[in-house]
Parts: sequence; structure tokens; C-alpha cells
Amino acid sequence: MSRFGRFRQPSVIPGFGLTFGFTIAYFSLIILIPLIALVFRSAGLGWGGFWAAALDPRVLASLRTSFVTALIAAGINVVFGTLIAWVLVRYRFPGRRIFDAMVDLPFALPTAVAGIALTAIYAPNGVIGQLVAPLGWRIAYTPVGITIAMIFIGLPFVVRTIQPILEEVSKEVEEASATLGANRFQTISRVILPSLTPAILTGFALAFARAVGEYGSVIFIAGNIPFVSEIAPLLIVIRLEEYNYTGAAVIAMVMLAISFVMLFIINLIQAWSRKRYGYGN
Amino acid sequence: MAMAINSSAHRLVSPTNEPTWVRWTLILVGVLFMALFLVLPLVAVFSEAFRQGIGAYFDALRQPDALSAIRLTLLVAAIAVPLNVVFGIAASWAIAKYEFKGKAFLTTLIDLPFSVSPVISGLVYVLLFGSGSLLGPWLKSYGIEILFAVPGIVLATIFVTFPFVARELIPLMQDQGTGDEEAALSLGASGWQTFWRVTLPNIKWGLLYGVLLCNARAMGEFGAVAVVSGKIRGQTTTMPLQVEMFYNEYQGTAAFALASLLALLALVTLVLKTVLEWRFSDELAATGRGH
Amino acid sequence: MEVRVENVRKEFDRFPALHDVSLDIRSGELIALLGPSGSGKTTLLRLIAGLERPTAGRIFFGDTDASEKSVQERNIGFVFQHYALFRHMTILENVSFGLKVRPRSTRPPAGEIRRRAMELLDLVQLSGLEKRYPNQLSGGQRQRVALARALAIEPGVLLLDEPFGALDAQVRRELRKWLREIHDRTGHTTVFVTHDQEEALELADRLCVMSQGKIEQVGSPDSVYDKPTSPFVFGFIGESSELPVSVDKGDIWLGDRPIGIAGAQAQGQQRLFFRPHDIELVEGGAALAGVVASSRRVGGTRRVELDIGGAAHRVEIDLPFDHPAAERSQIAFRPKRWALFPAT
Repeated sequence: MSRFGRFRQPSVIPGFGLTFGFTIAYFSLIILIPLIALVFRSAGLGWGGFWAAALDPRVLASLRTSFVTALIAAGINVVFGTLIAWVLVRYRFPGRRIFDAMVDLPFALPTAVAGIALTAIYAPNGVIGQLVAPLGWRIAYTPVGITIAMIFIGLPFVVRTIQPILEEVSKEVEEASATLGANRFQTISRVILPSLTPAILTGFALAFARAVGEYGSVIFIAGNIPFVSEIAPLLIVIRLEEYNYTGAAVIAMVMLAISFVMLFIINLIQAWSRKRYGYGN
Repeated sequence: MAMAINSSAHRLVSPTNEPTWVRWTLILVGVLFMALFLVLPLVAVFSEAFRQGIGAYFDALRQPDALSAIRLTLLVAAIAVPLNVVFGIAASWAIAKYEFKGKAFLTTLIDLPFSVSPVISGLVYVLLFGSGSLLGPWLKSYGIEILFAVPGIVLATIFVTFPFVARELIPLMQDQGTGDEEAALSLGASGWQTFWRVTLPNIKWGLLYGVLLCNARAMGEFGAVAVVSGKIRGQTTTMPLQVEMFYNEYQGTAAFALASLLALLALVTLVLKTVLEWRFSDELAATGRGH
Repeated sequence: MEVRVENVRKEFDRFPALHDVSLDIRSGELIALLGPSGSGKTTLLRLIAGLERPTAGRIFFGDTDASEKSVQERNIGFVFQHYALFRHMTILENVSFGLKVRPRSTRPPAGEIRRRAMELLDLVQLSGLEKRYPNQLSGGQRQRVALARALAIEPGVLLLDEPFGALDAQVRRELRKWLREIHDRTGHTTVFVTHDQEEALELADRLCVMSQGKIEQVGSPDSVYDKPTSPFVFGFIGESSELPVSVDKGDIWLGDRPIGIAGAQAQGQQRLFFRPHDIELVEGGAALAGVVASSRRVGGTRRVELDIGGAAHRVEIDLPFDHPAAERSQIAFRPKRWALFPAT
């Protein structure tokens, strides 16, 4: 174990070599080497070839669809997710614990199941599709349908990020605000919500990142019309079915780059809020 | 004695609470949103599955394709989950019990698969083992099929479920510190004895929690598996893939019947998870809920 | 501003926290609500603030009935035990908050708000830290910010709930002295809650001693210490010993012996209270005589525990640490100051 002596602090507990070695080996085999294969494949195109493939109009359209719908879905989730977190933390009502448990359903329900269920509900002959059809609205097989699926899978990220921070906001702080003359609306908007800002931003970023990459729950309800309701992950699958591996790799690289930026931003938000306010998650 | 009744009490609500009508409006909006987006899809799965009666439901599940999909899903989970459990324990041991450089970075890396689209998780194996790669044809010459076969499905499943156990155990073991292990070692226990008799009992509920979530995702994974499976009927279709196949073939009842099994798995997972959180909340990691 | 609490009762879910409490707080005084936990002192403070509603009774600020007013309308300054600073705001923003949330008609202009906040930070000796966040300050500094924030709205009454409870002993003593200075300079009517009698005795103009939801005694620190009006106050404030005695025609007896104290007003079975340092040693004559059970030096005095009489009642007395009597195995003494309360 002396080999690791330089970079780790001494400890009497045995097993560092074994566990650390296994961790690195397993991570490399399962995650790292496959990801490197992706980078190599798209690098094989060269700089010009890469950009030509990435800037293909259909690719751009699919990225735009994915991003716009994911942004809208994350935005809606922030509003309702914050509200739901508030209701679950602050109020007592019949069925609260069941609803609290249900928030995690999108984590547990396989995406394909969610996909066909949402399609069944929002298709023109479905429970809700029927309601809006007379108004001339279509939800399934349009970008609206994509957004709905993304709201479904993103909701728990927002709720579960905000909930613990909201539980931490002490009653004393709200009372302090009231004694200083702030009415309830001012206390909520100037004291409680600002202290939740880092959590809300983190929840937004997590829900957005998940929605951009989502596949299973979206493809059934999307309609998958090129340039209209075709999401980027689906285009990867289509490129693969065309045996255009390099084309698939290029789209994947663009999406990976974006998720890494999101990951970086999330870490930044949390480091910032930890440093300044002394909390974060 | 002036025991005056405070006539204005109705006007003066508690300073840290909202008026009743605001409270109930918010509850109503929240509950309606959850009912619409969470409960309704779940109800839809079961109502579609039983639309043509119980007989049709069980007939659909008895089809050879459905049965083989169930078998394959169980097989894949039975391989992927234990491997990720071993990894999760090893990684959390290395990260929680020692101080070394780059620890925070390694912890971030373990979460990486969560931020990768499932389709990309499958794609990387296609690129690694596919026809245009170096490895694929070489393995094929020895008769080893990875892609469009069970090994590829297992690999893709391991990729997407990679962080579940580790991210539950790492914060838990960090909270518990190294005191118990040091005590056991000072009493003469060996490393393995310390692990089996001291560490493992301390983390058992957290481990179960991680296994639960890992298994739910392993059985339900769609995107990554869809890319590597090749969707060969009766051979490389897992339950979620078979759901898609039935659905695309307009076999609605069959699709939803199979989907209802997965939904049941999700519900059981949620119930067990909730029970664990209520009963053993202090023996689970405070952070890392979800996914 | 003077505050009058009239016959206030408070129940939490039918559990009575305060029974029919009345208290007059004088304008400009610094009064301490002192009592063990569960005595209702914090409940009384929160009722004055308007953070809780009384089950019955009224609270007047000057001549106006504050029971009709919400916490926002009462214009009080409240300092919380755990500071309750807004973590996402700088120190300056924290102090200005109360002025910024005023309705436009009464809100000072931004420049004025800033000037006043900076003045207050100067008063609490935190100039130069206005851009920091609460997280970057020490506990003592945070409590000073909390005080500046409460003072910023120019409160009619300043209420402090165990303000130094979360701080370590050294900082507590400093802040205590400093709070007294600030009070003398600004002249706010101030009510503070504490369970620390030393803090209350040192800081307050008057004490209000509470127990089990009732006020036991109100008075200056000297009068509460020297003339406790109940066994609880005698036991709670300062140190004391208790003996079961009987009184006959003004003479106090312990068992079958007179103890050399005459002039008692009461009659029959009584409880005698005295403080360890309020005694004199006597040679011969009627006295309390006891066998030394233990003797140890505490700083400048010697604390002697004695077993008195046949029933071996344990009492404590203080002697100078080098007093020769400390070497003896038997000591006789008489209380110089004492009080009797009827035996229950």
C-alpha cells in the first residue's frame, strides 16, 4: 500500500489498494473506455467534417426541438415543483404522505411505460386528448406532447432538490421578518424564496439536463416528424439504424458537451451557495 | 376580571402561516398537478391493460414473446445489480474511509452516467463493439457476440445503473466515519471480519435502498438497451423493449399488460423505498435521495 | 413606551402555558423575564411581540390596545436566540430590511435607509463588515447584527429571547456589558428573557421571576435577592439552604432547640431559608450546630456542608477560606438574614 502513500493520508483501515483499484478498473471498463471510443469516432471526422455533420439542418432542428421543449418543461417544473415542495413541507392535509411518495414515481416507472401511458392519455381519443380536441388542440404527436413527457420525468428533480432546503428554513427567520414589519407576501418573496434560489436553480438544471437526454417517455408521444417533433436522442437512433455510426457519434458529442456544461454549472451553483450562505446540497 | 375574547382573532393569522383560503388553494393546485402528471398515467396503464377483460390480460402475458422478455429482464437485472453492488461497496469504502487527492473528482465521475442521455449510454457500446470498431470483429472471430446479444444489453444496463448503489453508500459511510472500524481492528478483528461484522450491518438499510433503486432502473431501462439490443424477437427483447414492440404492432392490450407488470414493480419499489425512509431514515444517507 | 400585560392567559392545545399573568413594564426600563425552562417566560415575550395570540387577556402599548394589532403593526424589535439572520442578504441588507419593506408612503428614501443602517452598524461596532454575509461572522458578531436589525425600525419596545444563550461564556460577558451600554444610550424599553440568574441580576433594572406559567415576584435585583417573597424565588435566585422549623411566640425552634433567632411574625410549622454567606459564627448560646460533612475551598471562600440536628439536615455555609473554624469538626452559627415560609 506504500505505493499510494504519496497521495493518500495514512490510515489503519485495510483494503485501500483493493477497493480503490477495483473502483478505478470497473469505472474505466464500463464508463471511461466506451466514452473514449465515442470521442475517437467523432474525432475521426476531423474538425471540418465534425462541424459539417453537427450543423446539418436536421440535426440542428432536432437539437432545437430538444432544447426548447426541455427548457419549457424545466420552467414549468420549477414553478409547480416549488409549489409542490412548499405544500408538502408546510401543510398537513389528507393523503400528504402518499403524494409525497408519489413524487418519486417518474424515477421508478420505466420510461417506456410512462411514454405509452402519456400517449394513451393525450392522444386525440385519450382522456385528455378528447377534452381538448374540440378546441382544435392537439397535444400528442406535437412538441406540446414532448414537453408534457419532459414535465413528467423532470418533476421529482425539482421537488426533491427544494424540499430539504425548505425544511431547513427556520421558523425564527420568518418570525424575524414579520417582527420587522414585512407582511406574509414580502416574507415569502424576499426572505424564503431567495434563500431557496440555489436549490431552485439546481433543480432547474437537473430537470433540464434529464429532459434533454430523455428518450423512452418522449418518443411515443412525440410523433417524431423530422424538423418538427424529432428529438436529438431519436436522431441518434435513426443514424444508427442507417449504419451512420459517425453521424450518431457527432450528435452524441454535441449533447455530451452540453450535459457537461450543465454539470459544471450545477457544481458552480452549489459551490457558490455553500461558500456564501453556508449551505447547499 | 377582563377575560376579553379577542374579537379580531380571525383577522390576525399566525405570522408564519398563510390565510386558510391561500393554503387550500395551494394544496389544491399542487395536488391537481400531481394527479394530472403522476397519478393519471399510472391509472391509464392499468385501465388500458384491463380494457378487454382479465382473460385477455393474462392471455397477453402468456405469449411466448412476453414470457421470454420477462425471463431476459430478470436475467439482466440478476447480473447487472450484483456487479454494481460490489462496485458500490468498493467505491464507497475507498472514498469514505480514506483521504486521498482527487477524491471529490472521483465522486463526481461516479455520478457521470446520470448526466448522459440513455441513448448515448447505448451508443458508446455500439461504437466500441460495432462493425466499424476494432474490438467487435476481433471478438467475433472468437465467436463472442457482444452487440445485439445479451452481453451488450447487460453492459448498457450496468452503464445506466452504475451510480445507484455508490451514491447511496458514499454519503452514508462518510457520515458514519471510521470510528467503528478502528475499534474493531483495535480489538483484533481482521479486515474482512471488520467489513462483514461491523461495516455491513451499519450500512445494510442504505445498501438495500440503493439495490432497490438500482434494480428498478435495471429492469425498466429502455433507451440504452434499445440501441444495443437489435430487438431480435424472443432473444434480445427485454420487457420495456417488448412493450414498445407490442405497442408499435397495435397490440395495445399486450403492450399495456406487460407495462402493468413494470408499473407494479415501480409501485412496489416506491412502497419499499418509502417504508425504508420512514423506518430507517437515520440509517440512510441524508443526501442523494431520488434518481 | 410602557407596556401593560393584563390578565393574560395562554393555552397550547388545552395545555396552559400562562395562567392569568399581569405585568407593568415601565417606559425605558430594562426588565428581565427570569425562570427555569417551561416557566412561560418565552411565551410571555412572544405574546408581547404578537408572535402568539393570547387565549384571554389584553396587552397595552402605552394607551393603545395592542391585542388588536398584528406583529407587523406593533413596531417591536425582536432578537432571537439563534439570531435568525437572513443568510442570503449582506449585513447591510439585513439591517435595512425592516425599512425597505415599509409601504411606499412611510418608507425613507434609499439613501436615508443606507445612512441609518450604517449608523446602526457603527453603534454595534461592526462598521466595515456591511458587505459580509452572516455566514462569515462569529456568533457574537451575528447577535450584534440581529440587534442592529431590530433597532433599525425604531421599535417602541425591544424584546430579546435568550439573546446570549447560544454564545460561549467569554463572549456572553462582553455582550452583556455592551447591551447595557446600548440600552443606556438609546433608552428603549427592553424586555429580555433568560434562564441565567447572574445575567439577569447584572443586567436588568427589574426582574420578573416566573415559574410554572405564573409570575412569582417582580422587583429590583436587590429586592428580589434580599427579600424573596416565595420559597421558589429563594431557591431559584442565588444559593440557599432550607430547614423545617417551628415558631412559638416569635422564637424559632429546630426540633426541640431554639436556634437563637427571635422576632418571627409567623406561627407554627415553617420553612426557614437563608443564604450560605448570610451567617455569623457563634460561640455558646442558642444556635444552629452542625457536624462538618465536607469542606472545600472555592476561590476566596470555603464552602462547608453541615449536618444539623438529630435529623441531619444538610445545609451549606460560606467561611473565609483561611478561617480557623474550617479546621473544626463542629460549627455553630446563626443566619443573619433569613426568611420564613409556611410549611405546606
